[in-house]
Amino acid sequence: MSISRRQFLKIAGASAIVGLGGISAIDILQRGQFEASQVSKDPKALVGKRWAMVIDVKRLDEETMKRCRDVCHRIHNVPDIDKPKEEIKWIWKEDFEHAFPGQEHEYMGEDIKQLPLLVLCNQCDNPACVRVCPTKATFKREDGIVMMDMHRCIGCRFCMAACPFGARSFNWRDPRPFIKKENPEFPTRMKGVVEKCTFCYERLAIGQRPACVEESKGALIFGDLEDPNSEVSKILRSKYTIRRKSELGTRPSVYYIT
Amino acid sequence: MYDGWKIIIGIIIFLGIATFPILYDLGKAAPPPPEPKIDTPEIKKMVEKKCVEPKSLMKIEHMVMLKDWRDWYVREGRSIYIAADGKQYNISLSNTCMKCHSNKKDFCDKCHNYAAVVPYCWDCHIEPKEEGQL
Amino acid sequence: MLETALKGSRRYWSWVIFLLAIIGVGFISYLYQFRVGLGITGMSRDVSWGLYIGQFTFLVGVAASAVTIVLPYYLHNYKKYGRIAILGEFVAVASVTMCMLFIFVDMGQPLRVLNVLLHPSPRSVMFFDMVVLSGYLLLNILCGWYVLGAERKGVPPAAWIKPFIIIAICWAPSIHIVTAFLYQGLPGRHYWLTAIMAAKFLSSAFAAGPSLLIVISLILRKFTRFDPGWEAIQTMAKTACYFLIVTLAFYCFEVFTAFYSSIPGHMHPIKYLFVGIHGHTKLVPVMWLCTALATVALPILIIPQARRNESALGFAAVATFLCLWLEKGISLVVGGFVPNPFERVFEYWPTVPEALITLGVWGIGFFVLTILYKVTISVKEEVVFDKYGEKQVQTE
Repeated sequence: MSISRRQFLKIAGASAIVGLGGISAIDILQRGQFEASQVSKDPKALVGKRWAMVIDVKRLDEETMKRCRDVCHRIHNVPDIDKPKEEIKWIWKEDFEHAFPGQEHEYMGEDIKQLPLLVLCNQCDNPACVRVCPTKATFKREDGIVMMDMHRCIGCRFCMAACPFGARSFNWRDPRPFIKKENPEFPTRMKGVVEKCTFCYERLAIGQRPACVEESKGALIFGDLEDPNSEVSKILRSKYTIRRKSELGTRPSVYYIT
Repeated sequence: MYDGWKIIIGIIIFLGIATFPILYDLGKAAPPPPEPKIDTPEIKKMVEKKCVEPKSLMKIEHMVMLKDWRDWYVREGRSIYIAADGKQYNISLSNTCMKCHSNKKDFCDKCHNYAAVVPYCWDCHIEPKEEGQL
Repeated sequence: MLETALKGSRRYWSWVIFLLAIIGVGFISYLYQFRVGLGITGMSRDVSWGLYIGQFTFLVGVAASAVTIVLPYYLHNYKKYGRIAILGEFVAVASVTMCMLFIFVDMGQPLRVLNVLLHPSPRSVMFFDMVVLSGYLLLNILCGWYVLGAERKGVPPAAWIKPFIIIAICWAPSIHIVTAFLYQGLPGRHYWLTAIMAAKFLSSAFAAGPSLLIVISLILRKFTRFDPGWEAIQTMAKTACYFLIVTLAFYCFEVFTAFYSSIPGHMHPIKYLFVGIHGHTKLVPVMWLCTALATVALPILIIPQARRNESALGFAAVATFLCLWLEKGISLVVGGFVPNPFERVFEYWPTVPEALITLGVWGIGFFVLTILYKVTISVKEEVVFDKYGEKQVQTE
């Protein structure tokens, strides 16, 4: 029996590939011990089919907006980075002119152009970010929330290119040093992942409304669009509301009364 | 065989490097396995000292459980785990596991260092503040 | 065959060491990025893709452009491409390698790269792009290496390779179309949201790719005993010429649509690129340099007398390649992000480490290309061709 060097290398290479592939295949196919375990929702949890928010711009004042932003960023460990280039924000103040580009005109008074309002992730019903994510790290939950799985995000930033609302932020470096006071109950993020508002899924899970809504003194109204008796449904039926860039067809779930 | 000497010397060097970790420790007694401490105030308070599932299972499968927990909570929105004995737990690393095991250094790190594994949990999840830490 | 890459002249080794040095610098810069994060680049919350993704996009095009050589040769039996078909295939191999590396260095969490396979998401264009790129890489390695091996043995390639060559030909445009879909399917990015994007991608690729091959062929003619063939070079120049015209036309169509319709969102990015908005003019010199290069290259490629002049042709090929590199490798990506969704302008310019990493990846690409070409040329130098590219029995 004699084999040439070429054949030897071929056989060695092929067996290495089969071996490594086999090991990883076993790893992937192996099922967890806890597969059959019982898991359930918290009975206290707020349950909805399509969560939405109405923002009553007239009832927003500077102080309320600051409180809404601060509570959100504090409880979610959102770092406070001064450089606009690396800024991370979940909910923030924006003026009418820039939040609704194309709606302004040159005869509009400065006070209307600069009318401050709050912007956040629109929790779209047809989200472009979810469509483009190559790992399903961002996905739409049954209750309509566009959720982020930070464990899975590879940081490709395709979702940031896809989001027409600029709602997503990327961790350009380790965010920890920029968090003034950590909330130990909620994780921070690591460098290299994308983050955004998640409608306080962790509060809904224990029966509480989103933190900004609690702080807004009634300027932000939260509820289920599929429930005709919810407060948001009633407002949307009776009042004139607008959404940011609704012409793009992403069906935002954040409505504004101006 | 062409270049037989070169090949044989090459194989010997390769085997030497590949088996170096074993040869290096040959004849030395293995370091004693670590004993993670479970003497935190929370655990001392417990009447029946019991984790979510039996110790034997937790010891070898805790990482699988944490991975399942993470997917159930983050991806499926299910936040209550009902253990084999019927007891219910909130699915949370920081707020359930670490409330009892508040001694990360003497519990998690001890074994992880011994086994030379570096889980990235703590890149995001905030570890409990221990004595001597800020 | 690989052993031929280990024997070479002094010039060959100096070139290899030069490339390795560049790769080394790039690698050290990457370690820095790996430790600190993508914050070391010029990218920002508002311009969240930059040089890396631009290079990726451009190089997918270069990879796809191998089809402009392989298709005439294998489907139309265009004999003059006999000597260079493999050069095209190996450019594709090197380019796809660079594409994958550029995606990798652009990732925030590179260690999680396999998540794309563990959680396949057929609705994501990025997922498809990865699938088609890997497929194309394998096809080109298979076809190129096998055909070259057959040539070395002096036998015609076996029949089973033919279907793979046909598949590779059909596959080539698909990789660039999918890459265009990455951009053109996103709502709210006006500069990208255009159905002509895929067509423009293909046309600019089919101008840039042959230009690169012309430059490579001229270098090989000068420094090795292997002559790719003057006729073949002239045909590639014509290909580059037609597709450069088509690309410029497509760009003008975009400008017409934006400005005749006068829709602000469509005009803004083009204004930003060519004249700047509110004094933000970082990309204006890039775009005008790009325009100037096209203006110089086009007449040389069109006028037969100029095209047949070796140095003029070389200059035009470099100009075409550089022009399309500036357009697709830099301005295309940035133009999609400026102005941002709030109609504010945040500019982008690469940082030094970012540029070094980019250079390092190009270094790896050229390294792969050098090795593959060294093998090819060592094989080809043994074989004598007649002026039609037909192999001749050596009579000396």
